[in-house]
Amino acid sequence: MRNNGYILVFFTIFSGVFFLGRLYYLQIIDDSFRSNPLNNAAVSAKYDYPKRGYIYDRNNKLLVANQTSYDVMVIPREVAIIDTLEFCKILSISKKTFKKRLKKARVYSPRLASIFVEQLSKSDYAILQEKMFRYKGFYIQKRMLRNYPYNSAANVLGYISQVNEYIARNNSYYQSGELIGYQGVEKQYEDYLRGVKGVKYVRKNIHNKEIGSFKDGKYDTLAVPGKDIQLTLDIVLQQYGEWLLENKRGGIVALEPATGEILALVTAPSYNPNLMVGRDRSKNFNKFYLDTINKPLYDRSLKGEYSPGSTFKMLNGLIALQEGVITPQSTTRCYHGHRYGTREKAFMGCHCNTNGRPLKLEEAIYKSCNTYFSYSYRKSIEKYATAAEGIDNWSKQVKKFGLGNYLGYDLPVGQKGLIPDAEYYNRYYPMKNWKAVTTISNAIGQGEILTTPIQLANMTSAVANKGFFITPHIVKKINNKAIDNPNYIIPKNTDIDSIYFEPVINGMQKVFEQKGGTAYYSQVEGLEMCGKTGTVQNFIRVAGEKIELSDHSIFIAFAPKVNPKIAIAVFVENGGYGSTVAAPIASLMIEKYINKDIKIKWRETNVHDINLYEREYDKILELQSKK
Amino acid sequence: MISKSSNILLELDWVLIFLYLILVFAGWFSIYAVDFSSEASSLINLSTYYGKQLVWIGFSLVIIVLILSIEASFYERFSSIFYMLSLLLLVGLFIFGRTINGQTAWYSFGGFSFQPSELVKVTTALAVSKILSDNLFDIKKFKDFKNVLIVLFIPFILILLQPDVGSAIIYFAFVFVLLREGLSIQLFTSLFTMALLFVITIKFGISKTLISTSLLIILVLYYASKRQKLFFRKNWPYVISIFLGMLLLIFGSSILHKKVLKPHHKDRLALWLRMENDSKKIKSLKRTYGYNNDQAVKTIASGGLTGKGFLEGDRTNGKFVPEQHTDYIFSTIGEEFGFFGSGIIVLLFVLLILRLIYKAEEQKSKFSRIYGYSVASIIFVHFTINIGMVLDLLPTVGIPLPFFSYGGSSLWGFTILLFIFIKLDANRSNEW
Repeated sequence: MRNNGYILVFFTIFSGVFFLGRLYYLQIIDDSFRSNPLNNAAVSAKYDYPKRGYIYDRNNKLLVANQTSYDVMVIPREVAIIDTLEFCKILSISKKTFKKRLKKARVYSPRLASIFVEQLSKSDYAILQEKMFRYKGFYIQKRMLRNYPYNSAANVLGYISQVNEYIARNNSYYQSGELIGYQGVEKQYEDYLRGVKGVKYVRKNIHNKEIGSFKDGKYDTLAVPGKDIQLTLDIVLQQYGEWLLENKRGGIVALEPATGEILALVTAPSYNPNLMVGRDRSKNFNKFYLDTINKPLYDRSLKGEYSPGSTFKMLNGLIALQEGVITPQSTTRCYHGHRYGTREKAFMGCHCNTNGRPLKLEEAIYKSCNTYFSYSYRKSIEKYATAAEGIDNWSKQVKKFGLGNYLGYDLPVGQKGLIPDAEYYNRYYPMKNWKAVTTISNAIGQGEILTTPIQLANMTSAVANKGFFITPHIVKKINNKAIDNPNYIIPKNTDIDSIYFEPVINGMQKVFEQKGGTAYYSQVEGLEMCGKTGTVQNFIRVAGEKIELSDHSIFIAFAPKVNPKIAIAVFVENGGYGSTVAAPIASLMIEKYINKDIKIKWRETNVHDINLYEREYDKILELQSKK
Repeated sequence: MISKSSNILLELDWVLIFLYLILVFAGWFSIYAVDFSSEASSLINLSTYYGKQLVWIGFSLVIIVLILSIEASFYERFSSIFYMLSLLLLVGLFIFGRTINGQTAWYSFGGFSFQPSELVKVTTALAVSKILSDNLFDIKKFKDFKNVLIVLFIPFILILLQPDVGSAIIYFAFVFVLLREGLSIQLFTSLFTMALLFVITIKFGISKTLISTSLLIILVLYYASKRQKLFFRKNWPYVISIFLGMLLLIFGSSILHKKVLKPHHKDRLALWLRMENDSKKIKSLKRTYGYNNDQAVKTIASGGLTGKGFLEGDRTNGKFVPEQHTDYIFSTIGEEFGFFGSGIIVLLFVLLILRLIYKAEEQKSKFSRIYGYSVASIIFVHFTINIGMVLDLLPTVGIPLPFFSYGGSSLWGFTILLFIFIKLDANRSNEW
């Protein structure tokens, strides 16, 4: 053959050989296409959903259990119903609904299963199961639902719901319509609780009838049941806290100082977890979600960022002691406040009413003297050559108490809070002309500082432990085995030596026990409690005008003084002085936890009956609606 | 003039005819497998693809008889007129044509539609053969060569305007014909090398391509100067300009790829050259551009060594592959008859093309030879692009598998194409 005729011959043979090679690779060598049974169109996967793990409280009370339910599933591509009317009648839906749902399922995917009717009644299930083979493209799926014997701790437990489209697409474990934990422990410990679903590949004939297993079950797997989880939560204490916070907004966090275990995590307002189960779940969820005034889905105990107010004074006292700028014997005089600068406004008031009598650290704590802590704060900053160095050192010490960053507890939501450092102030004062007094509000826990209730409780726990804390956590045991995450076992030390805690704790004890202490009226006979009140100013802006609202009421406490069993932080929005609402709540919680009973009953009803909606929140709403 | 026999049946090349019949009926069974359902029973059911295809096959037999009964010289003599008429059909599309899937490529009467581009392949092949077979024609002279180019260019552009890229690409098949008839191979190789360099640059990056091609040139120089001592000294301007051209091409390719191509072009290139590493991106591409190819490959792969059996292919039954009865018909064979079945079909096509080349070379008349060569080239390009696409070796291009794919126009077009050659071949003993 002459004149380049061989080129076509060459290309023809080349193509042929190349194609044979490719076919050989695809059809014989590469097994990935043939090994997945689902690539076989006549094979469908049947999932066997394992029992989801139960959740218990620290005293082995069952908090979350399961109940069975049956869903009708549809594969739109395979639907071929002869008698639609009868089918609708059994399911008690209208023909219009039937069409609408089928269309919705087809939009999701014509080939994948979607839920058609959720949660059949037992009797419907019995009827339908008999006739199911007649309805091509439909089948019944058994499913677990959650059940909450105690109607509380919704924020801790979370709920389960169908996976959203994003998860179904991006996580290969989940298929549309399957359940996954949202919020709380259900979300955080999803992998333990859910177990592993079993899969059975079955062959079907053209009439949608199963005709046997695929390859004798070579690819089938067994379901692995979910693991049971025991929480650190004390459900009795939790429920008591929820009861006390009724008609208020706020949060309570109670920890066991020696272990960092969360005993109670209350947020108010909250909701009954049983409302997040079953057919009404999405309706209820929308109701809660759209309630932007009360925000029942917002966990104030974990996400609420507030100024800690005077509860922060102990920390400043401790830092001043550690820095050696004061001793427990150092004194200051307070004349209803003090002047910290030359400008007219540079005056910080104080309500300790000591009228110039020399004041030591203990008394400064139990009378919550602003002047004392302003001086000690200034001294511990001004000890250093520049204000920047001083603030950085102070900030580092404070952060060692678990403030100013995510705490690292095992719940899925949280906030960092804010502990300012030199860099922070440099940003606000670009000329860097700020000094210790510029930041004087930090001395009394106002100003830039923000903390969440759980951070405050953890700080209290560190004080109770005299210098260390264990990161708070909610899970105690998984499948009856104590958790072994070192983060929740190994103590984290602060930079304060334990000897300096003595005078501070004594002062905190006197908050309850000394006449003139800010929580004198909340003391409980026979219980050595240590605490500190906080009262935080807060404002709203209405039409550009700054309006001061009632103060937030804060209280932190631990008890007993020796070998403390509980550390607690209570926060009540617009509750007034720390001593009026938060202190009695903290005291009642401690008494309930340690003594299991309340001696003076009227104290609990008094607190419970405070209705801040009538007294405060409705007024705020009115103010806001005026603009 | 030695006449073996006056009986045309003995003159026919039965190898080609058998190959044709096997491919056509294998194609029909594949279409039946795609379209089959348990309810419809009659074979000649005009609501099904296989029913209609059976009718087209019947008509093809009539066409074959007609072609074989007309005198062979008729095709050569009237080739220009056929060509003109078929161009008129193409032009008429812009006025009377029907638009299907965005392509104005169809005339439709009643329930049936006809795609003229399938016929224009035949008339162009005839016209090109006519021009090239002129004894005064010299392909080396641009004055002559340009005439062939124009003949090819007009239908190419008209089809591109429909727009039907797949059918237009076919006209590159005539490169093989021109090469056979004396077109300088340098032009072909340099174009081929340029395309190859472009692809290699995009796939492996500038530095790797540069180093390896430089090494290759140095190697070639080394051997050349071993054989001929003064090779470089004599040819240095040539060598240097090749090297510079190569540099220009490599950097140009890279710039073209990075700056000129749109993201969706790049995505297609990346998918084709297997350059995408992000598995999420691959997934999403396979759901969009790559969807057909991806499904076809899965379907073929699921066939294994021997296949699932006729009508047992569940991916075919489940209609997983879009356009399976037309462009992706080969995947049916892959699934139901496995490696054996699909391998045999590939071999049959190779055999058909090689037989055509062999028979073309046997021709005494220049016209018949060139026409035979055109037939082989056109079928080769269809075969390579179609199966390459179905096996996910080439990007998606809508082009049917000859004799196999569903469609009257396509089947008739290829039947006419092939049988005119068979008629010419049968007549060769009458030529001198």
